[in-house]
Amino acid sequence: MTAITLNIIVQGILTGLVYGLMALGLSVIFGVMRVVNFAHGEFTVVAMYAAFLLFDMLGVSPLVSLLPIAAAFFFLGYVLQRMLVEPFVSRAEHEQFILLVGLATVVVNGLLLIFGPDARPINLPYSFDSYTVGSLFIDKVRVFAALGAFAICIALFLFFRYTRTGTAIRACADNLTGAGVVGLNVKQLYAVTFGLGFACIGAAGTLMATIADASPGLAPAYTLLAFVIVIIGGLGSMAGALVGGVLIGISEALAGFYIQPSMKSMFSFALLILVLVLRPQGLMGRRL
Amino acid sequence: MRDIWQRLPTRGKIFCLAALAAAIAAPLVADRYLLSVLILVFYFAYLGQAWNLLMGFAGQLSLGHALYLGLGAYTATALWTLFGIGPWIGVFIAIPVAAAAGMIVGWLGWRFAIEGVYFALLTIAFAEFTRIGFDHLQITGASAGLFLSVNSPGSDKWWNLGGGPLLYYYLALILAAAATLLVAWLRRSPLGYRWLAVREDPEAAQAAGIDIFRAKMIAMLISASMTAVGGVFYGFYYRNLFPSQVFDIGRSIEIIMAPIIGGLGTVFGPIVGAILLTPLGESLTALMQHFGINTPGAKSIFYGLTLMVIITLQPSGVWPWLARKLGLDRPRA
Repeated sequence: MTAITLNIIVQGILTGLVYGLMALGLSVIFGVMRVVNFAHGEFTVVAMYAAFLLFDMLGVSPLVSLLPIAAAFFFLGYVLQRMLVEPFVSRAEHEQFILLVGLATVVVNGLLLIFGPDARPINLPYSFDSYTVGSLFIDKVRVFAALGAFAICIALFLFFRYTRTGTAIRACADNLTGAGVVGLNVKQLYAVTFGLGFACIGAAGTLMATIADASPGLAPAYTLLAFVIVIIGGLGSMAGALVGGVLIGISEALAGFYIQPSMKSMFSFALLILVLVLRPQGLMGRRL
Repeated sequence: MRDIWQRLPTRGKIFCLAALAAAIAAPLVADRYLLSVLILVFYFAYLGQAWNLLMGFAGQLSLGHALYLGLGAYTATALWTLFGIGPWIGVFIAIPVAAAAGMIVGWLGWRFAIEGVYFALLTIAFAEFTRIGFDHLQITGASAGLFLSVNSPGSDKWWNLGGGPLLYYYLALILAAAATLLVAWLRRSPLGYRWLAVREDPEAAQAAGIDIFRAKMIAMLISASMTAVGGVFYGFYYRNLFPSQVFDIGRSIEIIMAPIIGGLGTVFGPIVGAILLTPLGESLTALMQHFGINTPGAKSIFYGLTLMVIITLQPSGVWPWLARKLGLDRPRA
């Protein structure tokens, strides 16, 4: 393998970890509530704009604004679930879909109204710096973004594994009736889950803002990207989202370099079709 | 056919005839602009019927109908621009092309028991995959688009689907009316009942001896073929095609709006939905222009809000509710 291919693969893995964090939000929400958040990419871009505004107006680095934005998004997700999504949890899939597509349309066009169609870059002082490891040149911002994404994924994993609330949420996912019988406040837990999914979005969007320029046009593409990743990794599997993210990151980077940047998502979709046909539950998902 | 007519309540018969007469006579009073709005109404009613067949009757959520629309449009227009083959022949090539695509999607999905959300995502994936493919397909102009010249010989003749708004108006009307008849007939056919059984409870349907895979494949076949015909209309009406527009997921969502707003799984739902939605969007544009607001996203925001409100308050659609109010409904079969 040539040095350049290796370089591209490493970049792809780093970007893929951020993708993975974004997809994790989708996976958590679906895994617990069986609701597919079709407005996922739209809110990711909202987070990118939040990071951009904080940097542009107050000079706050995205690595600093990461936690406040994630916290604000937790709150946003919590409120959204309580006000909007809750009555739809037990409704038909296509009704949930319409509700969230409507929401996505409002959000993306709201962004278009407020910010216009132009891309907004965040130019950090070290935006163009890179680390040199042997023959590898690795973008500094990508390393930070990937490390941040990975750390948040680990934190979320530990939360679900070891805290009381996390265990309770997993109980809801495993057996809803049982969870209700033992006295868990399912509505409350669902809202927390939706909030956590949105916190992932907030964090992923903030990190994404350092490696890609925010623009409303990205939103539908990110929604699709999150879906592709989650299906490839396995809906409801936390590790699967990360694995899927890294896979798509690599495939995008390689296709973008060796074939054509505009064709990179074609390979992601081909990968998705392949996985759906050969292993519909995803690489790390449980059997359907 | 006679059976369908006799099943309608008297009020419904009068209503249908009046609506049809009004639609046929509309060009007498309507100006060009109104006519163009009505063309869109019928066009969306037609596509809505096609999609409703698959989702409303057979219960399979497709979010990638832009695939069949785009394939139909591209096949017929490319045949015309490249080989001079007219749309009346082209449509019979466009249908098998789109139907084959539908068969591939359906076969891959249902053979491997991919259902619900997963199936919807598979349909999106195929549409997006094809969109990017066409973006790089040089023979149809890639992302720069495919254009139908209005000056090439014979392009202004009606048999080549060229002409004034009247031609497109009546064509769209015929398509919508024919699709409605077809759907009404299918709804009461053995096949239609099989679809409903598959939609309501696939396992029970299978236990009752219905080949559910076959039933779903037939629904897909008809739905994709009908959508392809709509695509041919789209290609020759707009006379320009861009992969990023015709295969876009926004196009798929546009197709499914009318039947969902109107009422899934009902015969008149897609028509009612199209009648409500299209003029709503148009009048909103006019209103905004009147007040000097020229912002690109405002109309879509309104659309999005409408979707959210209707699905929250009236999830089974406007038509069932409206039919009750007007006394047009019949006892549920």
